[in-house]
Amino acid sequence: MGKGLRQDAGMLLVYVLLGIGALISIYPFYWMFTASTLTEGDIFKTSSAWLPGGNFLENLRGLESSMPVWRALLNSLIVSGVTTISTVFLSALAGYAFAKFSFKGREILFFLVLMTMMIPAQVTLVPLFIIMMKLEWINTYYALILPNMVTGFGVFLMRQQMMGFPDELIESARMDGSSEFGTFLRIVLPTMKPACAALGIVTFMNQWGNFLWPLVAVNDKEMLTLPLMLSMMVAPGNVVKYGEVMAGSVIGLVPIIILFLFFRKYFVSGAFSGSVKG
Amino acid sequence: MIQPASEQPAADKAAQQPRVHLQRKHGFSGKRAGVTPYLFVLPFFLLFLAFILYPLIYSFVLSFSKWKSGNMDFVGLDNYIHLFTDPLFGKSLLNTGMILLVQVPVMLILATCIAALLNSERLKFRGLLQVAFFLPAIIDLVTYSLVFSMFFNESSGMVNQLLQWLGLEPVAWRTDGFWAKILIICALTWRWTGYNSVIILSGLQMIPKELYEAASIDGAGSVRSFFAITVPQLKPVLLFCMILSTIGTLQIFTEPYVLTSGGPNNETLSAIQYLYQAAFKTFNFGLASAGAYIIMTIIAILSYIQLRLSKGGEI
Repeated sequence: MGKGLRQDAGMLLVYVLLGIGALISIYPFYWMFTASTLTEGDIFKTSSAWLPGGNFLENLRGLESSMPVWRALLNSLIVSGVTTISTVFLSALAGYAFAKFSFKGREILFFLVLMTMMIPAQVTLVPLFIIMMKLEWINTYYALILPNMVTGFGVFLMRQQMMGFPDELIESARMDGSSEFGTFLRIVLPTMKPACAALGIVTFMNQWGNFLWPLVAVNDKEMLTLPLMLSMMVAPGNVVKYGEVMAGSVIGLVPIIILFLFFRKYFVSGAFSGSVKG
Repeated sequence: MIQPASEQPAADKAAQQPRVHLQRKHGFSGKRAGVTPYLFVLPFFLLFLAFILYPLIYSFVLSFSKWKSGNMDFVGLDNYIHLFTDPLFGKSLLNTGMILLVQVPVMLILATCIAALLNSERLKFRGLLQVAFFLPAIIDLVTYSLVFSMFFNESSGMVNQLLQWLGLEPVAWRTDGFWAKILIICALTWRWTGYNSVIILSGLQMIPKELYEAASIDGAGSVRSFFAITVPQLKPVLLFCMILSTIGTLQIFTEPYVLTSGGPNNETLSAIQYLYQAAFKTFNFGLASAGAYIIMTIIAILSYIQLRLSKGGEI
């Protein structure tokens, strides 16, 4: 009896501690939505810590007049979408070759793939900028997309997943006269949906939040991505309109939250693969 | 679940060997098998050549050059000498190092505690709580930095209001170098603690229950078994988190850029921010490239040391 009581008290403490931690984790999200509905004068009032207001559309209109917010949303969607599709497809293709074919130079080529995973992006920042400048690709989708179309991590991940794919299935597809590419596309790829989803989510997230490269590759207002637009709004020297900034933040956050709700487990499996550095 | 990046391929390769033989015996057209894999890896390697290898070499050459209106003049080690004698570069490295040394241990201890709590046997809503703790990791760096800059606004932010309500002095989060670093540490910790705790939790769940049962039969209390079983069993996972966090924090850029603009007085200027300014404010591409190589070397050395220190616990 006494022991049971003590255990209950212990569990209560566990719930309280976890509850406080969970609240700290969630509250900034709640507050972003709240703040986007408040007037400039209300945002920093004590009451604004919990209660939403009715100024969201007003803030949105202000944002639209100062920044091409929908264009930025479109740019973010295009850049993240294209890099995600190409990363998943090209990684799967190369990963399949590394996992299921023996060919001359395979070891050394795969070693190069592993090497690319250890190279921090900042090392190539300056030369990439110079290349884009020479090609006159600054302020274009080419600059934003091309350098991010595939990752060594993606190839590595897909190879690991494809190692376990049964050779017999590939063999019998060949017997049936399927082309090598057809076998990959129709037999192998459809079984790799979970791996593709995990890689896709990680890639989309990384590109959606990518900041340093767009900051370097883009300065035209029409080519801004959402994070870039937000950072410009609070750049030193500007009069910052916090309600508008938060409205923009909410627009950027909603797609990610929707993705998270639908593909939660892939976010977590992406975390385990060590793809995100924090 | 958390498999070694370097170990697994070796094991897989061993398992693969017989298969390679089989394929040869079946002997589908040698020519077809010959070209196909190269075609399949070609897109990756074309992009790799154009956007990684070529820039990498370019950057290396640049680091020994002075860039002048499109031309490179060889200047030997000048850029490296400049960096090693520039107090600002030293300061940016020191700032990054100080943030790293405080933030990573604090975060990992917190994350381990949260994971241990989440692992409590009779816990309800475990899945829901896990989602809540993981949530900060999905927000993009610029947005969360913006939110934190508002929470920690010196004159009217929520945190200072709370401190005053508790009868404490408001803190100069952005005008005092010490507190500005603390601000960045707080932000990083909010963003990454839950993420790490979810990883650590999976490590906890992989520890065999029999170990604890045996320990309890031997009369070990829960504190004793925490240090005798949990900590050593968890070492590989903690190391995995530590390496990722260290590498990530060394490359920190967005948080100081948005939260503090590197200020006050360059007290929160990060190493990557220094490189960014050298390259795109003063257009000293050579200097920036040399700095990038130095940072890449530091990252490589630290990762290597961390791996070596863990001799027993391979990830």
